[in-house]
Amino acid sequence: MNKNKNWIDQRFPLTKVWNEHLAEYYTPRNFNFWYFFGSLALLVLVLQLVTGIFLTMHYKPDTATAFASVEYIMRDVNWGWLIRYMHSTGASAFFIVIYLHMYRGLLYGSYKAPRELIWILGMVIYIALMAEAFMGYVLPWGQMSYWGAQVIISLFGSIPFIGPDLLIWILGDYAVGDPALNRFFSLHVIALPLILVVLVFLHIVALHTVGSNNPDGVEIKENKDEGGIPKDGIPFHPYYTVKDIVGVVVFLMLFSAVLFYAPALNGYFLEAANFVEANPLKTPEHIAPLWYLTPFYTILRAIPPILGSQFPGVLAMFAALLILVVLPWLDRSKVKSIRYRSWPYKVALGVFVLSFVFLGWLGMKPVISPEWYVSLAGSIGMEIETALYLILARFFSFCYFGFFVFMPWFTSIGQTKQVPSRLTE
Amino acid sequence: MSEQEIDLKRRRLLTGATSVVGAIGVGGVAWPFLSSWSPSARAKAAGAPIDVDISKLENGQLVRVLWRKKPVWIFKRDEQTISNLSALEGELDDPNGTGNSKTQQPPYITESHRSIRPEVAVIVGVCTHLGCSPTYRPEVGAADLGGERWKGGFYCPCHGSKFDLAGRVYSGAPAPTNLVIPPYSFISDTLIRVGVQPDAA
Amino acid sequence: MSKSIKTILGVMLMCVSISALSSVGVKLDTANTDISDNNSLQNGAKLFMNYCSGCHSLSFMRYNRLAEDLNIPKEDVVTNLMFNAEKIGDTINATMPTEGANKWFGGTPPDLSLVARYKGVDWIYTYLRSFYPDDSRPYGVNNHVFQNVSMPDILLELKRTTPKDEFNSKVRDIVNFLDYVGEPAKLVRSAIGTKVLAFLLLLLVLAYLLKKEYWKDVKYGKWRAKD
Repeated sequence: MNKNKNWIDQRFPLTKVWNEHLAEYYTPRNFNFWYFFGSLALLVLVLQLVTGIFLTMHYKPDTATAFASVEYIMRDVNWGWLIRYMHSTGASAFFIVIYLHMYRGLLYGSYKAPRELIWILGMVIYIALMAEAFMGYVLPWGQMSYWGAQVIISLFGSIPFIGPDLLIWILGDYAVGDPALNRFFSLHVIALPLILVVLVFLHIVALHTVGSNNPDGVEIKENKDEGGIPKDGIPFHPYYTVKDIVGVVVFLMLFSAVLFYAPALNGYFLEAANFVEANPLKTPEHIAPLWYLTPFYTILRAIPPILGSQFPGVLAMFAALLILVVLPWLDRSKVKSIRYRSWPYKVALGVFVLSFVFLGWLGMKPVISPEWYVSLAGSIGMEIETALYLILARFFSFCYFGFFVFMPWFTSIGQTKQVPSRLTE
Repeated sequence: MSEQEIDLKRRRLLTGATSVVGAIGVGGVAWPFLSSWSPSARAKAAGAPIDVDISKLENGQLVRVLWRKKPVWIFKRDEQTISNLSALEGELDDPNGTGNSKTQQPPYITESHRSIRPEVAVIVGVCTHLGCSPTYRPEVGAADLGGERWKGGFYCPCHGSKFDLAGRVYSGAPAPTNLVIPPYSFISDTLIRVGVQPDAA
Repeated sequence: MSKSIKTILGVMLMCVSISALSSVGVKLDTANTDISDNNSLQNGAKLFMNYCSGCHSLSFMRYNRLAEDLNIPKEDVVTNLMFNAEKIGDTINATMPTEGANKWFGGTPPDLSLVARYKGVDWIYTYLRSFYPDDSRPYGVNNHVFQNVSMPDILLELKRTTPKDEFNSKVRDIVNFLDYVGEPAKLVRSAIGTKVLAFLLLLLVLAYLLKKEYWKDVKYGKWRAKD
């Protein structure tokens, strides 16, 4: 055994890699619940890659056969339904995990120096993941696939001057059709997964270079013992491997509960209208993107056309994503963790999370106002010029952007608590 | 306060138990994925038994039908051909189908003509060497296939394997075994069902 | 030239179908179907084949799958249910040829393989029971749930000749069957899920004990005391 190990070590740094990233990678000993989601994201990535590889073996990227091939997987392929549900549930699970992972970053200031690059790489992963998810949703070629693609791709058409030509170039046709389906398939199964894997690798390399943050926001590397080992650090393996296994099993239980008992999750994970084959002549009565894209969809809808162009809305939507990237430079607080932050940051973070959730909720609602609002407005003689949901969408969009725009201000006011020099229990 | 000692035994036991149960879990997850490679319901439906009408088939005439995506030959042999079959035994690798080729035919097919009815042959037309489909060469004494000694049969163009008109392989050919006899049965005098053995029909 | 005519026809068809879909505000009855009720599924299959399969196909459903899943002997399927196919591995087609459908109904009746997934069981249950006489319509009937639908009230005879409760239960069987057809895996998936969860629970207990065992080191500050 040892002989084999030596043989490999002379040719490949196996023991070195093992030690640097697991057995002698020192991690703060006070990770809490929020620190499960990094390893869970990795797990879901692997799950999506494996199930995706197997789905690709049976799926046909052709507008004439795509829809039927998904049903073929669901019915005729042995265990095909399980593999497909794993993949569709996995897509939503990926975003749940990623959102919680990002929220952890906000809670404990994990994006702050010296971890700005980890955050930026993470944001690029997030954006790539959205593209990946969007293209994946086109593949079953149901009504939502088709009309969702139509709407999202139309956004590019609103870009001034080059928009219309760009649109046709992206589609390879004059509308969403076979060329678009085929190229989305290629991007979804090869290009983006490859990019994602590389990005995740870089994300982890960057993390292991500076070391993990923790709920106290204290740098454990500043307190080392005579052996050069952080006093508050414990080796990732075995301590966090055994701990993450517990997290993985709990996650798998929740995942299985959805997968086996409610794989469509009432239309949130698989929309009913997507069980109708794409029909370019008939838009479904109500179309909305899947839940993980809805906050940005709402921001898009909240901005009215300016000078007859939808482009400002599109800009706002992309700005909402890109502004996350510069977060490390907007936060001027000297304190990382929420535990020692001043109250204005706590309030702002709360408002931000709430507005993100509401933006997501609004994105699933139809444009028209609910009946109670119309009758209420009518009874008090109010003119309804702007629909209720539009007012709300604008309000929460304002809150969303406000979090970033005012961040330099609210992170520099208020009294922060004294940060301890060592980790607390 | 007494420091607790590390119970290495318990630690090893728990590590072992978690690993074993975890490995069972991984195996359980792997199974559906591996299973998804075996023929789907559609492939099975497409591979269902097929009926072939042989009422118009004349002596020496061969029809090729596709069963489970493989060519199946159905041809009629006259009495001369059938008697030639038993005379050939010395030149064949496994004339009785009791040696290497035992699994190449259903157990109820035992005679030298390898068929339910001597005059009607049903053979899977796939060479047992590397899967090419041999050519039908019924003409007795074909000069390129051994002249006098050739009593009609099949010649594989890929690597030169030779089979007689019962699908039995000649000695010295690259093909290791006789051609496969599929399960089949007679629904009526003139109707053959390929894919179902006689008692099950 | 012909392409633009097609487009115009398409847009007209779209307008027609949108107006046909204006069905807002109808309260749906609860179907209360039970996919584990094998008798109901069998009965639903029989009723579907008798009343619906003349016009509607189930193009993703195979007869042999039906036989296996609903515990119907294959011979019975061949003799009693297979009106429109030759082989038991075939999918369920409609009796009516497509050209005929276009002539008689102005369009092909939809395939119903997935109807339960996009319409829901309650909708189908209510729809099938909501026909009312309307002389302005080609077949003399209209529907509360689906205004101006071009389908005749195929269950009318059954409704007349059976008591209300029994009729409702028969419709429920058809809907139950369609729910199964929409997702055949539904029959097995929750049972498999229970086993998977039980297994994961066992793994959770072990993993938790293992974690606790290792973390004693951290608790007592002696993690470096490795063997």
